[in-house]
Amino acid sequence: MMSRWTIATAAAALLAGSSMAQAQTTMKVVMHSDVKIVDPIWTTAYIVRNHGYMLYDTLFSMTEKGEIKPQMVDTFTESPDKLTYKFTLRDGLLWHDGKPVTSEDCIASIKRWAAKDPVGQKLMTFVDAMTADDAKSFTVKLKSPTGLLIFGLGKPSSNVPFMMPKRVADTDPNTQISEFIGSGPFVLKTDEWKPGDKIVYTKFKDYKPRSEPADGLSGGKVVKIDRIEWLAVTDQQQAVNALLAGEIDMVEQPAFDLIPLLKSDSKIKLWNYNPLGLQYTMRFNSTQPPFDNAKVRQAVTYALNQKDFLEATVGNPDYYQECKAMFVCGSPLATEKGMDGLLQSNFKKSQELLKEAGYDGKPIVLLHSTDLQSLTNLGPVAKQLLEKGGFKVDMQSSDWQTVVSRRVRKDPVDKGGWNLMQTSWVSADILNPVMAGFFNASCDKAGFGWPCDEKMEKLRDDFAREPDPAKQKAIAEAVQVRWAESPTHVHLGQYNVPIAARSNITGILTAPAPVFWNVEKK
Amino acid sequence: MLGYILRRLISAIPVLVIVAVLVFLMLRFTPGDPAAVIAGDNATSEQIALIRNRLGLDQPILTQFTIWAGNLLTGNLGESFFFKKTIVELISSRIEPTLSLAFATMLIAICVAIPLGVLAAYKHGSWIDRVVMGFSVLGFSVPVFVIGYLMIYLFAITLGWFPVQGYQPLSQGFAGYAQRLVLPALTLSVIYIALIARMTRASVLEVLNEDYIRTARAKGQVERKILFRHALKNAAVPIVTVVGIGIALLIGGVVVTESVFAIPGLGRLTVDAVLARDYPTIQAVILLFSGVYVGINLLIDLAYSLFDPRIRY
Repeated sequence: MMSRWTIATAAAALLAGSSMAQAQTTMKVVMHSDVKIVDPIWTTAYIVRNHGYMLYDTLFSMTEKGEIKPQMVDTFTESPDKLTYKFTLRDGLLWHDGKPVTSEDCIASIKRWAAKDPVGQKLMTFVDAMTADDAKSFTVKLKSPTGLLIFGLGKPSSNVPFMMPKRVADTDPNTQISEFIGSGPFVLKTDEWKPGDKIVYTKFKDYKPRSEPADGLSGGKVVKIDRIEWLAVTDQQQAVNALLAGEIDMVEQPAFDLIPLLKSDSKIKLWNYNPLGLQYTMRFNSTQPPFDNAKVRQAVTYALNQKDFLEATVGNPDYYQECKAMFVCGSPLATEKGMDGLLQSNFKKSQELLKEAGYDGKPIVLLHSTDLQSLTNLGPVAKQLLEKGGFKVDMQSSDWQTVVSRRVRKDPVDKGGWNLMQTSWVSADILNPVMAGFFNASCDKAGFGWPCDEKMEKLRDDFAREPDPAKQKAIAEAVQVRWAESPTHVHLGQYNVPIAARSNITGILTAPAPVFWNVEKK
Repeated sequence: MLGYILRRLISAIPVLVIVAVLVFLMLRFTPGDPAAVIAGDNATSEQIALIRNRLGLDQPILTQFTIWAGNLLTGNLGESFFFKKTIVELISSRIEPTLSLAFATMLIAICVAIPLGVLAAYKHGSWIDRVVMGFSVLGFSVPVFVIGYLMIYLFAITLGWFPVQGYQPLSQGFAGYAQRLVLPALTLSVIYIALIARMTRASVLEVLNEDYIRTARAKGQVERKILFRHALKNAAVPIVTVVGIGIALLIGGVVVTESVFAIPGLGRLTVDAVLARDYPTIQAVILLFSGVYVGINLLIDLAYSLFDPRIRY
């Protein structure tokens, strides 16, 4: 017969077992989009970048204040001539299949990233050789000094130089990878990934975080939640309803008009996790008249103002900021140099410039996206302001994917081409003249819009060659002044979208991307 | 009968071929470029061209069609441009939610609408008839998403009886499966209740004026038997047609309900694929829907003979 003590012990063991089972924490999140693509190098989509931060780790990463700090790298040295960099990886780094991370893996990953990313492409023009010294160390030799190496390896947003096993990183950069193994803090549950429904991550138990506390995207990536599910809920109202009902724990980007509803519920907390936020932008097609003329482009910079766009799209001044600095207010390169008188809706000046440029009054084609809530209201505001500034505007409305496919066409406007389109950039992607894709003015080698400006390209090249931050700032100012003379695009204001989470969720980090280490569910 | 089925199946082949060709061509001539979508904001023309090349989109349309049709004949529907999954995997993972929703919706609709329609016909001109017809007009007029939001507000947010959104596969337990299906199925069923109830009322009303009904009454048959054994059976052909078309529409047309309730079914797959210009997925789901339409039409025709012995194949 069992003694009372035995029964008590058995009961305690059962209870302990049950409480251990209960200790398994699951967090359900509605992100801004469903994860369709799972290769963060193949595409620049932000949802895939966010997925990348779950699965993969980076050699360097950015702190909350914008500094680049070692992440997978333990130590690194820079030769006095700034041409040779030696990197040593931290001990204990493992891929999700249990194999150790090697320097060969990292070199292959850097190469694949550099083939796709604008900073990577520029960086590789400086790289002479990348060689593995041993399993944990590798050397990068440069042809000439550049400030892009460490910055590039710690680049926080799309494309992020995520490290992958060599066999995966050897995949052609224009083909999607088919094996999803990283060395980051979470493991992808491939058997539970159902596109259009949910994607599931679990804690990588063998991940060795850095000893420093988490700071932005850098520091110790300590995972405090066992399982994270990103649910595909396309209806914003429903995502918020589910959050209010406690069915989910977090909505990454609630619509601005639903924020008052969330604020009124004491069980919901809003996190302004990304103070740099995003920037609305208007892009010119510089290959087609009238925007092949710099004076006409200047006229646009006089006709527009940021407040009207921000009021129409965001509406709440708590979440937007008028900011003339092209490299983002709050960043090290922020400056207003060259911006005097611009973006103040000076319609008279705009009309004068159009007259000087000989604008013939032919309607300009403005591509207007109607299905993305964050962009829909930009078009009508632009049309109204530009018409007051002397332009005739033919606003052509369609879904976003049609805009995306049309903006890459160089045809004349009467054959399906375009003059203007509007989009938004995550600020972390436009912090300097090399990474901000719309400053690329290398004609056909530039992105859609294809501006051609040798002076701008010379300045961007100078920036890439300059390792000294103070001198980099001076070059960035010169870039902005040159931009005012020959604009490539117009920035329409800065805004940020808070995360909405149940109040029992804590530890959301201030960073350029939403990450889930350090987050706790109490 | 077997010969008829075989002839109908053979006659479906040109229909499916025409659908395949039309869908393929329409997609190629519709504005949109999957490579530009994948490449993102920073991409150069060269990078977009490389992705287009990897996807085979730089080939002449005839070559693309030949490759696709050849694969189709071997049962290979291809791989999605975006999801790193085959189309068969994608579709098979989405069939259960859509079929469940369609089945639950039609079950509710038939169980509610047919008795209501019969009752309205029997009580023709009374307040019951007017209430049923009023409900039908309302059911037709109010958009599905409005009904959905009202149901969510009442039953999920205010009363907390059902979850706001989501789907639970049957394999994870019947209770959760059923609990998550109730609100979307109720929402969708409103319009079908309206449609089937109206059709039932009209058909039964017509039959109730027939001589054989009068004869049955003269023989002293009870009203319940007259209504459900004689009248309803003879009024069944148009009702079966409406129910069959309803099922076909449900399988391809539950987009709004699936979106509102976050149900990962075929409707949402289609919308996602269209928005992303995922050509292989769009082509496959539209072919599937065409096949379903053809199949259901055949089943409806076969069902006629069950209700009307005069119909023979």
